[in-house]
Amino acid sequence: MIAIVDYRAGNLTSVRLAFQALGLEAHVTSDPETILSAGRVVFPGVGAAGSAMASLAELGLTPALRTVAARGTPFLGICLGTQILLDFSEEDGGTPTLGLLPGRVPRFSPSDPWDKVPQIGWNQVRFVRPHPLLAGIEDGSEFYFVHSFYPVPADPALALGTTDYAGVTFASMLGRGNVAATQFHPEKSGRLGLRLLANFATWTGADSPC
Amino acid sequence: MLTKRVIPCLDVIRRRVTKGVKFQNNVDLGDPVEMAVRYSDGGCDELVVYDITASAEHRPIDIEMVRDVARAIRIPFAVGGGLATVSDMSRVLLAGAEKVSVNSLAVRNPEVISEGARAFGAQCIVLGMDPVATADTARCPSGYEVTTRGFRERTGLDAVVWARRAEQLGAGEIVVNSVDADGTRAGFELTVTRLIAEAVRIPVVASGGAGRPEHLRDAFRLAHADAAIVAGMIHTGDYTLRQIKDALHADGVPVRLHW
Repeated sequence: MIAIVDYRAGNLTSVRLAFQALGLEAHVTSDPETILSAGRVVFPGVGAAGSAMASLAELGLTPALRTVAARGTPFLGICLGTQILLDFSEEDGGTPTLGLLPGRVPRFSPSDPWDKVPQIGWNQVRFVRPHPLLAGIEDGSEFYFVHSFYPVPADPALALGTTDYAGVTFASMLGRGNVAATQFHPEKSGRLGLRLLANFATWTGADSPC
Repeated sequence: MLTKRVIPCLDVIRRRVTKGVKFQNNVDLGDPVEMAVRYSDGGCDELVVYDITASAEHRPIDIEMVRDVARAIRIPFAVGGGLATVSDMSRVLLAGAEKVSVNSLAVRNPEVISEGARAFGAQCIVLGMDPVATADTARCPSGYEVTTRGFRERTGLDAVVWARRAEQLGAGEIVVNSVDADGTRAGFELTVTRLIAEAVRIPVVASGGAGRPEHLRDAFRLAHADAAIVAGMIHTGDYTLRQIKDALHADGVPVRLHW
């Protein structure tokens, strides 16, 4: 069973519908026990880091997330979910976040006034190295993004994919061991996004191509 | 590089897609779910679905339709029409839409933008506006005045002032639908689109007047729109999304070509 973690950070309907379209059972849940018993965990989210961290604490979800990430359960962060896997977000005046992956999350500060923030739309992801989640997807494919902040992993080796926007090249997909994370929305990225989610559903949690 | 979005717009009346000129002489075009699937498979980057009579008929938006569209496509779509409160927005978002679009009701009650942005995140809240050119630059210094209720009512509100206000209130994106260009298929109203794109730091979507691929090119290049809405030019079959995108690509506009 796939658990989709609901921590009041935005609308999870499209994540659920994407797994449904793949014929996969996925439950939206705020229950730590359900998350601990799930075979796979998806950690999505849109909105602001500060309120997301407050909700996680209030719902008592942080220990369960740490446990599943540490014990090898295939784990996928999406968008805000990805950002708060890192150590620190500059959002909301600076928010300490989960620290499951080392790094920080600054805001875009474009020097070109035509680079709008948030970045909204389809942008290319260049693959840094092969990964099971990227099987069958062509390097440089476009995925759908909606975000004002972006992940900067402390170790560049954590980047699985990179994307250019507002004068920076940022890690649009990250991974270490059983934890993978996308800044883009695979659930809204058409056929290729579905392929990534299908790959996740069969992923063993190993970091290299099988 | 971030690609420019091409966004088909489905104007729906009682679960049928229609197309009119300046909200009149509506012609039946088909089933909204079938059309959403066709355009999604055809390579559109997002969709917009407006329940165009919900507001005038004082009824809630057709939520079953939103649910059916959400089940059928795997790309983002926005929904508008008669959304007056945060709970209206919530129903549409939970049904599977990514964004909600507010227009007339936001002019009457701007707080709905900030309430929506607080509740769901700014990225969910799209402000739609219908500006019309005006000679009354004492009242509207930009030369464009916001209209509401399907162009029927002038508000005295300057389009650029309203765009900036909406950004401050927390809108994530602004759709500029020119009253003068709407339905003409003679090209977007580039001046007002550019004025607003210059005035705000959030993405701006050009709307109204698309008839040929070069109209989109001009909206992107000359007016600096981040996305453009198409309707009649694809509904009639005059162009496919593939043709539009190939033409934009040939002109050097970054667009998504593989889907």
